[in-house]
Amino acid sequence: MAKRKATETVTNILVCGIGGQGVMTASEVLAQAALRLGYDVKKTEVAGMAQRGGVVTSHVRFGPKVLSPAIPAGEADLLVGFEPAEALRWCGQLRPTGIAMVNVTRQVPPVVNLGLFDYPAAPVAEMREAGIAVYDFDAGAIARDLGETRMVNTVMLGAIADHLPFPAGALKDIIVERFRERKPALADLNERAFEAGRQAAAKAKG
Amino acid sequence: MNVIAKPDTPTRQLMSGNEAIARAVWEAGCRVAAAYPGTPSTEILENLARYKDIHANWATNEKTSLEIVIGASVAGSRAFSAMKHVGMNVASDALMSQTLAGVGGGLVIAIADDVGLSSSQNEQDSRFWGRFGHLPILEPSDSQEAYEMVKAAFDLSERFECPVIVRLTTRICHVKGLVTVGAREERPSQGFRHDSARWVLVPANAKRRLAAQFERDARLLALAEDSPFNRVDEGKDKRIGFVASGPAYMHVKEAFPDAPVLKLGLTCPVPVETVRAFAGTVKALVVAEETEPLVERDLKAAGIACHGKDILPRSGELSPAILLPAVKALLGEPWEPQATLQPQVFPRPPTMCVGCPHLPAYYCLSRLRRQVNIAGDIGCYTLGAGQPWNALDTTTCMGASMGMALGMDLGRAEADKDKAVIGVIGDSTFLHMGMQGLIDIAYNKGNVTILILDNSAAGMTGGQDHAGTGRDAGGQDAPRVDFRKLVEALGVKAERIHVVDPYEMPTLYKHLREEIAIPEPSVIITQRPCVLIDRFHRDPPFKVVEETCTGCSNCLNVGCPAIHVTRRASETRPSGKVVEKSWVRIDTAACTGCGLCPKTCGPKAILPARESLES
Ligand code: SF4
Ligand code: SF4
Repeated sequence: MAKRKATETVTNILVCGIGGQGVMTASEVLAQAALRLGYDVKKTEVAGMAQRGGVVTSHVRFGPKVLSPAIPAGEADLLVGFEPAEALRWCGQLRPTGIAMVNVTRQVPPVVNLGLFDYPAAPVAEMREAGIAVYDFDAGAIARDLGETRMVNTVMLGAIADHLPFPAGALKDIIVERFRERKPALADLNERAFEAGRQAAAKAKG
Repeated sequence: MNVIAKPDTPTRQLMSGNEAIARAVWEAGCRVAAAYPGTPSTEILENLARYKDIHANWATNEKTSLEIVIGASVAGSRAFSAMKHVGMNVASDALMSQTLAGVGGGLVIAIADDVGLSSSQNEQDSRFWGRFGHLPILEPSDSQEAYEMVKAAFDLSERFECPVIVRLTTRICHVKGLVTVGAREERPSQGFRHDSARWVLVPANAKRRLAAQFERDARLLALAEDSPFNRVDEGKDKRIGFVASGPAYMHVKEAFPDAPVLKLGLTCPVPVETVRAFAGTVKALVVAEETEPLVERDLKAAGIACHGKDILPRSGELSPAILLPAVKALLGEPWEPQATLQPQVFPRPPTMCVGCPHLPAYYCLSRLRRQVNIAGDIGCYTLGAGQPWNALDTTTCMGASMGMALGMDLGRAEADKDKAVIGVIGDSTFLHMGMQGLIDIAYNKGNVTILILDNSAAGMTGGQDHAGTGRDAGGQDAPRVDFRKLVEALGVKAERIHVVDPYEMPTLYKHLREEIAIPEPSVIITQRPCVLIDRFHRDPPFKVVEETCTGCSNCLNVGCPAIHVTRRASETRPSGKVVEKSWVRIDTAACTGCGLCPKTCGPKAILPARESLES
C-alpha cells in the first residue's frame, strides 16, 4: 500500500474470512493498536451467524475523526483475507492503490462439497489478473508448523504489520500483552507466529 | 472476545455499543437487569453480569424479563431490560399496560433492531413502540452516545414516571468506538410505595391513568422540542438539510460534510416545531432514518414538506453509497458510483458445526422426509432447512413450532392424511415459549411428535445459559429444569416420552419411526451439549481409508463440515443408470470424533484415525 498518513486521512482495513477463523479478534487487535496510538477508531462486523462457518467481514477505520463505521465501497487500503475465496469475494472493496494480504489455505464449505457450487479455480490469480497487488502465502501451514492452527490470525497480523501507517512493534506489543494476560503459555508462541507472518509477507511480494 | 470495561477506570475505552450500554446502566446505579439473549442485544446482559453490584439475570423470555424489571422498578430500584426487536413483541403485553401505571425507580428498555436481517426472521422498526405506548425513544448514533443516552434515559424515566426506550440497531450494538466513561453513582432503592390505584390496573384505575398518560404526552413533546439530543449541525450548503437519527446520522455526515443536519436523538415524540424552524433555513429537507418512515410521517402530518422514502430504501441499512446517488439525483447533479469488481464466488451460508448434536436429528428427518411435514423453530437448528437435510417446512417465531405442528395436524388436507407431523424445537426456545404450545398439543390430543433438541445452551446467540443448563448468568450453579418431568407434567404420557443420546443415531431413528406411527402426542428429547460450550468434550477423530471408500457419498448427507470431497466422477451402471460419486476425506484436525459419519458408511471406510494409521 502506498502508505497514506493516518494523521490526515482515515485508514480503512477490511478483514475477511469465515466464522471461527479469528477474523474478529484480529480486527479487535488492530483497533486496539490504533487506539493506543491516539487515533479515533471505529470497528464493525458483518457476521450473520458468526461462529457457524458463514462469511465474516470486519471493518477497521482509524484516523483523526471517523464517522461512518463501514468502509465505503472501493475505499479499503488493505484487505486482510483469511481465506482465498473470501479475499476474492471482497477484493472489489480495495482502492486502486490498496493491497491484499491473503492466506491461501482453503476452507471449502459443505455447499461446495455437496457439488452445488464450484470453488474458484485460482482465486489469487484471478485477483492479480484484475490488477490487484496481492501478497499470498500459506498462513495455515505456518500456524500448523508452529503447532496451533488457531494462530492463523496472529500470523496474518504479522504479515500486515509492515504495511500499516504505524510501527509494526505497536501491533506486536498488543498481541503479546493480550496473551500474557490471558494465556501466558501462548505469549511467546504468538510472538513467533507474528514474526513468521511478517517474514512470509516480505517474501510473498505481490 | 469482549473487552470488559474495568469498573474503576474512568478513561477513554474502545467499546461496542452493547458494552457502552452495560457500562452506563452500571454507572446509573441500576440494581436489577434481566434479558433473554437475542442478536444483536445479547452482549448487554453478558457484560452486566460481570458487575457484582447488579442483579443481572437471564430470564425465560422477554416478557418475564420485562416483568422482573417492572417489579424492581415498582419496588423503588433503577431497573433495565434489553431485547432484540422481535423480543419486544413478546414483552409488549406487559409494556402496553405498564405505560399507564408508570414506574417507580427509573426503568429503561434497550431494544435492538436487526436492520438488514443479519440473523432474524423479520425486520421491524421498534420505534413504533414509542408511538404505540406513548413512551419516549432515544436513538444513539454511536457507542459514546449510547452510553450518554442510557444514563439520560434513567433520569427521564424518573422525571416522567414512565419506561424509556433506547432504540439500537446492529450498527450500534456491534460497532466499537471510543467512549469516555465515568464512575458508578449509588442509587439505593426508594422502597415500594403502596398505591393500588396506580399499580393495580383494573379498568377503573386504568381509565384514570389514561388521563395522566395524555398529559404526559404533552410534557414529553415539550421536552423533545427542548432536548439537547436534538441539535443542529450548521452547514454551508443550504440546498438540502437533513433530519437524521441513529447510525444514519453518521452516514449523512460522511456523505455530505457541508450540509446542515438536524440530528434527532430523542425521536419520539418528534419535535415538529424544531424541525419546522430548521426546514425554514434550507431549500429542501431529507429525512434519513432506517427502515420505517416514522419521523417522515410525523413531519408530513404536521404539514412539513420533506423527502424520505421516496428516494431512500424502505428496508436495510443506509450508507454513504446509498445516500449519495439518491440525494445527488434530487439536486440534479450527476453522480458516478465507484466502479468496483464483483467477482462471482459461491455463497457461503452458515452451517451447523462439526460434530453438532443436531446433525443426527436432521439426518434422521431427511431420511423420513417423504412421510412427514415438519414445523421448525428459531435457533441453530433452523439451519436444518438448508442443505443437505432440507428437513424443515416452517419457521415463524420463538416457540411457534409447537402450535403450528398442532395446527398442521388439525388442519390437514386429504393429501396429507398419511403424513406424520413433527415439531422441532431447542431447549432454550422450548422454555422461552414452547411449553405453552406443548400444553395445547397434549390437552387437545394432537397427533404430533415433538423433537426437543436439548444442547444445554442458547446455541445460536453464543451458548448462553438458561433454566435448563444448571447455571445462571454469572456462571454460578442454579436449579435445572428436568425436561422429561416437565414434558410429562404438561400432559404427555410417560411412555410417549424418550430421552436419547443423539449420537446413538440408530436409537433416535427407531424412536422417531415408532412415535410417528402412534397417533398420540409424543416427545423425543435429544441430549448432548452444544460443541461451542465448555461442557462439550471431543473424542479422538476419524479418518477415511481411501482404498475402502467407494465414493457413495452417504456420509456427506450427515452435513458435517469436516467431511470434504477429494474427487468426483460419474459412473454408468450396467443398467445404464448414471450415478454421481464423490470420494471423501475427513479433516481430522476439525473432527470431534462424534462417530456419526461412520454409521452411514456401508463399506466401513471410516475408522478411528489412530487405528487406520496403523493399518
Ligand atoms: S465423526 Fe464424522 S460426523 Fe462426527 S465430527 Fe467427525 S467427521 Fe464429523
Ligand atoms: S460413506 Fe463411506 S464409502 Fe461412502 S463416501 Fe463416505 S467414506 Fe466413502
